[in-house]
Amino acid sequence: MVLMLTLLSIVTFLLFNAVPTDPARLTCGKTCTPEIVAANRIRLGLDQPLFVQYMDWIKGIFVGRTYGSGSATFECSAPCLGYSFRNGEQVTTMIVDALPVTLYLALGAFLLWMLVGISAGIAAAKHHGKWQDRTIMGVSLIGYSLPVFFVGLLLLVFVIVRWNLLPYPDYESPFDDPVAFFQTMLLPWVTLAILYAAYYARLTRSQMLETMGEDYIRTARAKGLSERVVFRKHAFRAGLTPIVTSAGLDLAGLLGGAIITEYIFSLPGLGRLAIGAVTEYDLPTITATVLVAAVFVIVANLVVDILYAAIDPRVRLT
Amino acid sequence: MTNEANVILEVKNLNVEFTTDDGIVHAVNNVSYKVERGKTLAIVGESGSGKSVSSLAVMGLLTGANTKISGEVFFNGRELVGADPEEVRKLRGDEMAMIFQDPLSALHPYYTIGDQLAEAVLVHHKIKEAEARTRAAEMLAKVGIPSVEQRMDEYPHQLSGGMRQRVMIAMALINGPELLIADEPTTALDVTVQAQILDLLRELQKEFGTAIVLITHDLGVVADLADEVLVMYGGSAVEHAPVREIFYSPQMPYTWGLLASIPQISAKKEQLDPIPGSPPSLLNMPKGCVFAPRCAFKDQVAGDACETHLPDLLAVSPDHEARCHLSESQRTAIRSERKIGRL
Repeated sequence: MVLMLTLLSIVTFLLFNAVPTDPARLTCGKTCTPEIVAANRIRLGLDQPLFVQYMDWIKGIFVGRTYGSGSATFECSAPCLGYSFRNGEQVTTMIVDALPVTLYLALGAFLLWMLVGISAGIAAAKHHGKWQDRTIMGVSLIGYSLPVFFVGLLLLVFVIVRWNLLPYPDYESPFDDPVAFFQTMLLPWVTLAILYAAYYARLTRSQMLETMGEDYIRTARAKGLSERVVFRKHAFRAGLTPIVTSAGLDLAGLLGGAIITEYIFSLPGLGRLAIGAVTEYDLPTITATVLVAAVFVIVANLVVDILYAAIDPRVRLT
Repeated sequence: MTNEANVILEVKNLNVEFTTDDGIVHAVNNVSYKVERGKTLAIVGESGSGKSVSSLAVMGLLTGANTKISGEVFFNGRELVGADPEEVRKLRGDEMAMIFQDPLSALHPYYTIGDQLAEAVLVHHKIKEAEARTRAAEMLAKVGIPSVEQRMDEYPHQLSGGMRQRVMIAMALINGPELLIADEPTTALDVTVQAQILDLLRELQKEFGTAIVLITHDLGVVADLADEVLVMYGGSAVEHAPVREIFYSPQMPYTWGLLASIPQISAKKEQLDPIPGSPPSLLNMPKGCVFAPRCAFKDQVAGDACETHLPDLLAVSPDHEARCHLSESQRTAIRSERKIGRL
């Protein structure tokens, strides 16, 4: 875990340096002179060897750091991810502002797709081979094949522009204006949920069908348990493990920023922050968003492992 | 002879067919047998002979949309074929129970032993969970599980194979069923453990008066436990007799083959006599006798009767039936020449 995070930070840091531009030049703005570039280079510590730069960066994250020297210093308190080249804002502040938006987006969509996807998958498995199964699988195939930008735009154009069912998206914090929040988030949630629900319906169905063929399901039936109990208690729990894995990683992936969805619905989340940063070579912001996304994935992995042990006693340490 | 009043299970002309993409599989053809209370019927045959499928059909566990079951199954006088599945479900685990070949895969890996046993009680009895757990613990002690209190909270993977099968037996017998179907209960176990499990089954049978249908391919197990034997081949019953008759006076070439395949310490020969060939595909059944393609004695039957029609299951003696075109004198001659059974 620690090793993973260390490796991750090194890779992310190198990314910063791999970009074929001079970071000092980027910080310089329109009225640029070689003197300012040189001064910026020293101020940002870019004249130091790579290793020292890395250590400074890591130090910034954990204890904060001070840029520059003499009279022209400015403090960057921990966790310091540097200053945006674009507007001079602290990257940490930008991340902290964007994170909740992505968090709400991802969690809302997650709840929606897990609910819809898993119930649809169970229903399909229950009526295996019958019309219910074929309908659910057909619909999910369509849902799975539709790209997010297509579904998103379609919803945007029809629900908001044509039919005026919802106001134009304008993100408000749920604590300031819950109604506006839900009105804004509804379509993004649905957009993401359609894709994932389709996938989870298929995954759940195949898992359930596989476990229903297990010997212990036959035993459960031989005990005289009703099909309902056999299905809900015996088969579902056993089929859950791969679903949990996928769910953990998918949620983590979304927490790193749902770029397309955030872009379409003008949500000021991590995804939009990242894409803005990339188009403008805002290196500290790029590094920070990549780091945050990667940390989510690693943490999700850990959570999935813990859940595994909770579900499957064979995984527990004895 | 069977005592009609004592019959707990009667299977009459049971047929099971599976519709597959390749055609109809005739897994069980016209099988009939009776089991008396407290007695053991062994169903013997190779894999694919229909022995497991016929028992699953009795239990009402063949519910696939592609499965067709016909014939009659009377359990305690009640017809189960075509009965309301909900009624049959209530009997399952309560009045009739089943144990399986591989106890590791037959027990749910995610629930504790105690939970799985208590669940079996609670399906059929409206009692408190604590009470069900007490009953579970008693039953575990009865099947010889040491330190029951600790085992109750353990998972199947933490037990040995023999212990797991004991747990399965405890779970099957916990509601005091009148019939236990044991599908190869010792096949997946070590030889030493096999004997223990058979002893246990015998003891519990004596104590509870449970009738047992024992499905096996192991004639050693048959000799140990069975009162009566039904030999199945290719989905059909080919011989049906009390256990002594099967060993001492077998009447069907397939049974002879089975007996000859048992390793014997006293035998002077170093090689076993396996039955040549392999069981027929249930998809394309031979037109004549199911065993004809592998039968070494079909030349002794006049004409091509073995190839053209299936012999009837005919009585050799009042309680002994066999399916063979060979005449009785021919069979006796072959048996004395080959030293099969006792003469």
